[in-house]
Amino acid sequence: MSFISYLKDGISLGSIYAIIALGYTMVYGIAKMLNFAHGDVIMVGAFVILTAITKAGLPPAAAILISVVFCTVLGIVIEKIAYRPLRKASSNLAVLITAIGVSYLLQNLALLIFGADAKSFVTVIDVPSVSLFGGQLVIKGITIVTIVVSVIIMVALTFFVQKTKPGRAMQAVSEDRDAAQLMGVNVNATISLTFAIGSGLAAIAGLLLCSAYPTLTPYTGAMPGIKAFVAAVFGGIGSIPGAMVGGILLGVIEIFGKAYISSQVADAIVFAVLIIVLLVKPTGLFGKNIQEKV
Amino acid sequence: MRNWKKALSVTAAVAMAATMAMPVSVFAEGDETFKIGVIGPMTGDYAQYGTNVYNAAQIAINEVNENGGFNGYQVELLAAGDDMGDPEKAVNAYNDLLDKGMQMLCGTVTSGSCIAVGAEAAESTFLFTPSATAVDSITSGSNEFRMCFTDPAQGAKSAQYIGEHGLATKVAVLYDSMADYNSGVHDSFVEAAEENGLEVVADEAYTTDNNTDYSVQLKKIADSGAELLFLPNYYSDNALILQQASEAGMDIKFFGVDGMDGILNVENFDTSLAEGAMLLTPFSATAEDEASQAFVKSYNELTGGETPNQFAADAYDVIYAMKAAADAAEITPDMANEDISAAMSEAMLSTELDGLTGKAKWTEDGECDKEPKAFVIEDGAYKEME
Repeated sequence: MSFISYLKDGISLGSIYAIIALGYTMVYGIAKMLNFAHGDVIMVGAFVILTAITKAGLPPAAAILISVVFCTVLGIVIEKIAYRPLRKASSNLAVLITAIGVSYLLQNLALLIFGADAKSFVTVIDVPSVSLFGGQLVIKGITIVTIVVSVIIMVALTFFVQKTKPGRAMQAVSEDRDAAQLMGVNVNATISLTFAIGSGLAAIAGLLLCSAYPTLTPYTGAMPGIKAFVAAVFGGIGSIPGAMVGGILLGVIEIFGKAYISSQVADAIVFAVLIIVLLVKPTGLFGKNIQEKV
Repeated sequence: MRNWKKALSVTAAVAMAATMAMPVSVFAEGDETFKIGVIGPMTGDYAQYGTNVYNAAQIAINEVNENGGFNGYQVELLAAGDDMGDPEKAVNAYNDLLDKGMQMLCGTVTSGSCIAVGAEAAESTFLFTPSATAVDSITSGSNEFRMCFTDPAQGAKSAQYIGEHGLATKVAVLYDSMADYNSGVHDSFVEAAEENGLEVVADEAYTTDNNTDYSVQLKKIADSGAELLFLPNYYSDNALILQQASEAGMDIKFFGVDGMDGILNVENFDTSLAEGAMLLTPFSATAEDEASQAFVKSYNELTGGETPNQFAADAYDVIYAMKAAADAAEITPDMANEDISAAMSEAMLSTELDGLTGKAKWTEDGECDKEPKAFVIEDGAYKEME
């Protein structure tokens, strides 16, 4: 029974990684850049919800809506101010470094506004726990919500990218930016839209992360962000189902590592998995093997 | 660099002597005071620690002056030396305070700075830190003393307290293995557990980077049959641990150390979860004894409504310990720093103090030997345990 209980914990943790990884993988798949500030947008989203509920006294639904809108706008603004001017720069490194800069900027702004003290997150999602096998296995409401929400987002994103017009524009931009432009796709608008969706997802991820582990500091998003990045690479960066599977597997590996090996080296195990996967299958579980044309 | 510094300080000293020669010689007789300096972070991230120490030192010195000062001489607290918690700035502040005539140092407040300043002050200026917990803070010279427990001492004292008071026999530990404070306390606790009749049935860790999900560790602890969970972590982590333990339906006692102080002030934290939790800490502003209450009131008046923390209580006790030693050593303000330092260090070994943080004596290493104090959280406030 403890095995099933650990498995449940792993899936619960993994589905949060999965939602964050979806944001990473979207942006990477389409804009071909690693948005290292993604984890910090999650933190911003959580702070917006917390402030809206505790300071402004808004109902949870309104707070979530405000947070999603706020993060969406934030994502568009970051892309426009920090990334777009560099997109034509000679190396991808410039954008990567800028993303790290944006990450620190967001962390320090939050530090300035909210202080370094950890804050307990309020209960936003109130779903009763489910008790199975005569109380031997208790599944928390938030776990169920997280899993359901991450599956819905994955399906919706897949549908959006494959079946809708803006989604196809995204695919086109991803395949070949210049060719897409020649075909009449507005590249800048498409990438803006990608960031908007990615950051909106970050707000949802922030809500779920802080509901499952109710503490919030300016650094809350940083480590889950890195882990989710690992999950995205693990699943094959750029692949939407890959992010989902990678996230859940990573969560399960982490929890099993803690439970059956040692709680001291849980993180080491997670990153060791990344190294092994990259050695064996450099494109990740679901990654496409793209031949470089010379 | 060194020569340049020396030249500068000599020039400064000459200039100062020249400008001050006249008035000093006129007033010297009736105006002799001891000058005490405080070094600590007065601004920046740890400003709370430094300002608490400085304010409390001021309160204690005011009281001491009303009651005859040190060995009959009035005591003056120099303007605070701000090091922002940085060792290099601390050494600069130390030199600056010496130039202003500092004879004894109440500080420094943080460990890193104290190690650096301790090396400078060794066998020259009497150093008494209220709050630097790292072992090395006072190991440079025999004239360096400490008011608080060291990190390792906290772990051993916790084990002793739990054992002596029969709080549990089977204990579990959950700590941050990446932070030296947490792991230092953990190591000494585990080491001292056996001799205090405690069996460590679960020894679980997490890391600073992975400090949100404790479900697995808590489950292992629950399965181990432990009666008490020792949590040598800062309050923010402990708040989350208590929350998750409650969600998991665990019925276990919690015991923390001074880093847990502050748990009741975590924003939005449901303080009823901390009900019954115990912590080893030298001082609490809500303690009901007369001395603590009087101190809290004075602090409140001086700062316009602020509440002192344990750093303040430690600093308050430092000044009183200095007074006891100064009276016994019969030092006078015209003595050189080296002589004051030697006489004070000698007298400290026979000094006993019944202070805010407990009844204290000092060993030759400068370590404070006092009974640990524990508090239990009842009705959302600390109550001292019997």
